[in-house]
Amino acid sequence: MTADKPRSFQDIILRLQTYWADKGCAVLQPYDMEVGAGTFHPATTLRSLGPTPWAAAYVQPSRRPTDGRYGDSPNRWQHYYQYQVIIKPSPPDLQALYLGSLEAIGIDMEMHDIRFVEDDWESPTLGAWGLGWEVWCDGMEVSQFTYFQQVGGHDCAPVSGELTYGLERLAMYVLGHDDGNEMPFNAPDAPIPLTYGDVFREAEAQYARWNFDVADTDMLLQHFVDAERECQRILDQPEVDPKTGRRIVMAQPAYDQCIKASHLFNLLDARGVISVTERQAYIGRVRALAKLCADAVVASQQDGAAA
Amino acid sequence: MPDLLIELFSEEIPARMQTRAADDLRQRVTDGLVEAGLTYAHAAAFSTPRRLTLAIEGLLERSPDLREERKGPRTDAPEKAIEGFLRGAGVAREDLVEREEKKGTVFYAVIDKPGRPAPEIVAEVLEQVIRTFPWPKSMRWGAGSLRWVRPLHGILCILTTEAGAEVVPMSVDGIEASDTTRGHRFMAPEPFSVTSFEDYAAKLKRAKVILSTEERAETIWNDATQAAFALGLEVVEDRGLLAEVAGLVEYPVVLLGEIGAEFLDLPPEVLQTSMKEHQKFFSVKNPKTGRIERFVTVANIAAPDDGATILAGNRKVLSARLADAKFFWENDLRVAQSVGMTAWTDQLSNVTFHNKLGSQRDRIERIAALARELAPVVGADADLAEQAARVAKADLSSEMVYEFPELQGLMGRYYSDASGLPPEVGAACQDHYSPLGPSDAVPTAPVSVAVALADKLDTLTGFWAIDEKPTGSKDPFALRRAALGVIRLVLENGIRISMDRPVDAQILRHQIGVNAQHSETLEAILSASVAEGVFGARTRTLIEAAEAEAPGWLPLVRDHDPSVSDDLRSFLHDRLKVYLRDKGITHDVIDACLAMPENCDFALLAKRAEALAAFRLTEDGENLVQGFKRANNILTQAEEKDGVEYSFGADPKFAESPEETALFDALDMAEAKIKPAMQAEDFATAMAAMAGLRPAVDAFFEAVQVNAENPVLRRNRLNLLSRIRQTCGQVADLTRLDG
Repeated sequence: MTADKPRSFQDIILRLQTYWADKGCAVLQPYDMEVGAGTFHPATTLRSLGPTPWAAAYVQPSRRPTDGRYGDSPNRWQHYYQYQVIIKPSPPDLQALYLGSLEAIGIDMEMHDIRFVEDDWESPTLGAWGLGWEVWCDGMEVSQFTYFQQVGGHDCAPVSGELTYGLERLAMYVLGHDDGNEMPFNAPDAPIPLTYGDVFREAEAQYARWNFDVADTDMLLQHFVDAERECQRILDQPEVDPKTGRRIVMAQPAYDQCIKASHLFNLLDARGVISVTERQAYIGRVRALAKLCADAVVASQQDGAAA
Repeated sequence: MPDLLIELFSEEIPARMQTRAADDLRQRVTDGLVEAGLTYAHAAAFSTPRRLTLAIEGLLERSPDLREERKGPRTDAPEKAIEGFLRGAGVAREDLVEREEKKGTVFYAVIDKPGRPAPEIVAEVLEQVIRTFPWPKSMRWGAGSLRWVRPLHGILCILTTEAGAEVVPMSVDGIEASDTTRGHRFMAPEPFSVTSFEDYAAKLKRAKVILSTEERAETIWNDATQAAFALGLEVVEDRGLLAEVAGLVEYPVVLLGEIGAEFLDLPPEVLQTSMKEHQKFFSVKNPKTGRIERFVTVANIAAPDDGATILAGNRKVLSARLADAKFFWENDLRVAQSVGMTAWTDQLSNVTFHNKLGSQRDRIERIAALARELAPVVGADADLAEQAARVAKADLSSEMVYEFPELQGLMGRYYSDASGLPPEVGAACQDHYSPLGPSDAVPTAPVSVAVALADKLDTLTGFWAIDEKPTGSKDPFALRRAALGVIRLVLENGIRISMDRPVDAQILRHQIGVNAQHSETLEAILSASVAEGVFGARTRTLIEAAEAEAPGWLPLVRDHDPSVSDDLRSFLHDRLKVYLRDKGITHDVIDACLAMPENCDFALLAKRAEALAAFRLTEDGENLVQGFKRANNILTQAEEKDGVEYSFGADPKFAESPEETALFDALDMAEAKIKPAMQAEDFATAMAAMAGLRPAVDAFFEAVQVNAENPVLRRNRLNLLSRIRQTCGQVADLTRLDG
């Protein structure tokens, strides 16, 4: 029963990759854009729409500019990693599969107290919600477990099961480090052993300064408006491409602009230029884009075109 | 007779929904069974995080046979009518019987409903209950369409007789009913089958599942208090938390842990809130110092190391949480000590209270002005009341309250004290939200009362001014609670104020948008309105003086439209009625007192109502009402007939009989007693004097014909009766009393 313990941050990632690959997931790479959470990856948002079965797992580097602490905090970074699993339709043994993944990274179910505590997930910017739990291990939240009910305002049928692991926190717990910057990133006995802080601390300071004090807010505002406009413009195009004569609904390029707008909003928020009342309006604008993209995905699937 | 056992086995059900769900399951299944003719002896429901269970004893084996006769149309009725009857009754033409009746030959449909076996009915009822279960929030999963609170995995459904147990054949969305279930997720995951409820409960216990929520709660509480007691400590009672934790575990294991020494100086409320909200820990207090020194966590597993690993993990998480709390606390203290509370109130100008009512800062300004004006009425120092109102909501901008909104007010007190403000101000920070409900304590310190009252009145007048009133069950801004708060503050502190005055003044403040155009003249006018009303002499003088400047707000004040205030007043009266009715005062007594002038002086109104309610139960009370009614009935009839009101000028010189003279004398004597009593608001004495009139009134009616031939005598006697009406009507409008 007792699994051997992982020794490094990357060891945990590798074990999760192997585990979910063994369970049949396509192990994808991170999406190549700035996102606030693994859910934004099109492999989750867009693929959770419509009837086509899907199973994927991936690491997603995520950015939350307001969480920046100049690399000084033991457990907060503006850039961090989420591990994301998405399976549609959600298999009946998803809880067991999930618990298996905890064993795979060295958490012994006999010794620890694992609890599924009610936590309904909602993303106001994606117009998405689901029911599920936060999973506690000895009182610490180690994952979010959600059955998607709606995305971009559309009912999810079949329902996707989504698992999100906060990798830093999970790794700190499994590796026994109170300060995340101190935990080994690669093997501690490697010729050049690196800690998490060695890899990220300097960049954290740089981004914190830029996020909080330097980013050009006029430019960010302009970019936000540009992304918003481009998203709509893409979706306003006729479905049939005049060049190839094929029906090509450009939902994903449009969705890229939605992701961009969302991240720009986060940057503006960190710069403190969005007032409390404006906040809701900005969130509403991003949600409107997400909804347009979801509409496009659903419409193109309904007409029998390839997603 | 068979027993029925049902278990619905699912993924983890939110703790807050379990008890209600077990009740709903019992209610709906038993209702369905009884409706189908299956009565039972006893039913009990249970819940754990993963299952809802229902055990029914003594169920009928089959529903009784029923024969129903339905009367149809006459045999010579039009064909359409007969066809309609056949459709409605669901029978064929040849099944009808004819019966001779007085009005002719009539068709009857005789419908035999044979009884059905229990399994058939149970299967139908249970499927229907599962498909329509009233979860507060439900979901779909996988590729199915069934909704449940979380994915449903198993249906155990068996009927047990002496001969043994049988599975009720049924399935819902591919989930087949069976006689098997599972134990604890980690300690006994293997499936097992059961034959009866007793067998089920016993096997579950062996499989590390305690079925009864109460038993789990009791185990937790007993183990926790014992562990604490062994160290000379005590667990801080928290029933809500206990119920929640009992819904998070199937097999509770209590673990007692230490809180890092560096956190013990945090305010106990912060420790308690942080541990409860984030970790669902109980707080453990040292009764000698009153400090919270340890915590209790409840695990769902008995680990081979006696929970050492689990406890260590929980401590680590707690330390991280408390490090955050300590960070907030220290930052906030630094702000309070170096800059003071204004550092936070300044930030509140960026926080919207309501888009039509401005920012929190605007709101604070209004509350501060009103608190100052109310101060003399509640016996508070005006400067202190204003100062307290200005900082009472400052903590909303503090880091601690951002993290723990439920600590609002309390943190305000800590920070106010830390910033060196007077203790009355700190107390007002903490207490001005109170009372929050009908049983919550009411502040009594004058400064706290002034701010609490001003806060609630500002909320009420604000939402009335923008026409956002509660409707039906919708009360998103908790205005009923605010109104009850006003009433409890006034009555329980015996505050004497005519509530229409501050209401008028504050509604004007909202309508004018005082913060936008601050003016000393306006403030003086509003102050005067609170003291003596919008139509008071001093207010009017100030308004006239302002005419020369002709400020933009003048018309609003000068032509004050009382309809908004009137509407709010009747809302407050409704809450007052509810409050008094809860004290056992009947509605007619309340109405009789509400009909009196000065009904905006709630304390006076309540005093009247209490006195009248008590007096009415005495013999004198009966005398008062009967004497009054006798006089009033005759008087009212005469007034209706004559079309005039007799209200003045009864003269004893027209008295003919000794009884009539005696009534004049009795009235004089009574009034001599009533006047000082009314001035002293001694309503009981006043009413006793009124009741004392009864013999004289009765004797008068025995001896004297009111409707005399002589119109002078008649008018005089009616005017005499009107004296009775006036005299007896000084405490309450007795015509509104029942009986």
